[in-house]
Amino acid sequence: MVPESALHFWVRCSSILLVVLASITSASAETLITSLSNHRVLINSNYTGTSIAVFGAIERDAQTVARATGYDVVVTVRGPRQFLVVREKERLGPIWINQEQQKFPQAPAYLSVLTSRSIEEITSVQLRQRQKIGLRAIINSTDFTNERGAGADKQFREALYRLKAQQGLYLEDERGVTFLTADIFRASIPLPATAPPGDYSVEVTLFADTVILASTITHFELVKTDFEEQIGSVARDWSLFYGLATALIAILFGWLASVIFRRD
Amino acid sequence: MQIYLPIAEMPVSVLLILGMGAAVGFISGLFGIGGGFLMTPLLIFLGIPPAVAVATQSAQIVASSTTSVLGAIRRDALDHKLGAILVAGGFVGSALGVWFFAAARRAGLLDLVIVVSYVTLFTVVGSLMLKESIREFWTKRRGGSVRLRRQAGEHAAYLGWPLRMRFYRSKLYVSVLPILGLSLFIGFAGALLGIGGGFIIVPALLYIFRVPTNVVVGTSQFQIVCTTLVALILHAVQNQAVDMVLAILLIIGGVFGAQFGARMGRHLRAELFRFLLAILLLAVGLRFALELVLQPQEPFSITVQEVRQ
Repeated sequence: MVPESALHFWVRCSSILLVVLASITSASAETLITSLSNHRVLINSNYTGTSIAVFGAIERDAQTVARATGYDVVVTVRGPRQFLVVREKERLGPIWINQEQQKFPQAPAYLSVLTSRSIEEITSVQLRQRQKIGLRAIINSTDFTNERGAGADKQFREALYRLKAQQGLYLEDERGVTFLTADIFRASIPLPATAPPGDYSVEVTLFADTVILASTITHFELVKTDFEEQIGSVARDWSLFYGLATALIAILFGWLASVIFRRD
Repeated sequence: MQIYLPIAEMPVSVLLILGMGAAVGFISGLFGIGGGFLMTPLLIFLGIPPAVAVATQSAQIVASSTTSVLGAIRRDALDHKLGAILVAGGFVGSALGVWFFAAARRAGLLDLVIVVSYVTLFTVVGSLMLKESIREFWTKRRGGSVRLRRQAGEHAAYLGWPLRMRFYRSKLYVSVLPILGLSLFIGFAGALLGIGGGFIIVPALLYIFRVPTNVVVGTSQFQIVCTTLVALILHAVQNQAVDMVLAILLIIGGVFGAQFGARMGRHLRAELFRFLLAILLLAVGLRFALELVLQPQEPFSITVQEVRQ
């Protein structure tokens, strides 16, 4: 637990640092201000997914002139980390069986990239790869999974993207960010019901003329409410009691049914 | 109507789950089997994590089998002695199965072992039963008696091994060794494949030991309740994968289905009963075989090893 919380702390610190840095570097030009519609999404018994709005404003100081090209915004949302294994079925004699596998130790359970126009138009390939801007850049980054010779890891990265996209958990939307005026924008983060509870980070990056001007990181949390949380914590911390209780409920229902349906 | 499952961490349709519980409960009550081999793939198909699906459906099996056992006791269709021996052997077999499971996983052969044993078990048991029931139909049409084969001195040799015991309710006087062997095997297969083993016990008691059909169902359900209860609690303690909300929904659907299944089972002719069970097993075996042989549309699959908070 200790290294994980330490990591978490470090991530938080670095995100604060990034925000501070962003405001320092952009002191002479643009400042980015962002806000989420909700920092704590509650999951109750009729939860079927939700969406969270991101609002942003770009402030320009007096010395900076208006840019001819206009601004572009990329919103990257990362869900809680999971250790994923992707397996590939291959032919072995007459049967198909899982053989090769590739581990993704830190894959986000949810990943969405919302942009104001197509990511290729916003910035260069080199910058995308270096700064992990865009879904492909994140998935193809070197620290996402260990590399294999002759690019054998490529198909596993693609498969992860494809399967996650089918579940609506990985997505890229080039119309996801809308500019309301020249320097105010909004985006809507779609969260499907299968997106797991946990901490989500929202990174907003501001571009103009293929260059990063500023970026912010905010967080929101997806949490289970009273009943759902209690069930979860009892199942975790009082597992024997929970197991016995479930067994008792099952037997009770079984007995009840035999009484109700008794005819003789 | 949707409801959020707290352990599976996803919403499901209440009516769909109730319906699935009822359908599997019906089959379970009809044939005296647990039905886990039907429910688990259905739940996984809905997107419920496999660990949660396997663990949670055992709660439904406990509920529907409890109903069956209570009904069987009332109708005096339960052989306590036979049931107790099946349970005792089953526990030893389960322990062996768990050990083999871990060994196969270490050797990286677990997937292969599971799929191949599924296919083999279902097709072998299913086709043996089908052959037998077709022969029964045939004998009957020619005017012969189906019960002809059970005559004094016509038992297989292994039933006469030492340690013979008398099972009054099952009208048996056989060696305890083959029964223990059977229960050991079922416990082993159950732990390895995550199934209760009812579909092996039922035909084995029917064909190998020639136990009367009505006693077979009650006794096999008794064995299922005992082993599945242990499995349910183990799953809750070890994997924390039992979803209580899902379990209750499945149980509610299941107990009703099982009632109607059991009622219908009593009116079903014995040969037809065996024929239908054979077809069901063959169909499941065929489905797994096709999955193994056909080229998959999507060769890749994702599994979550752990969630990092």
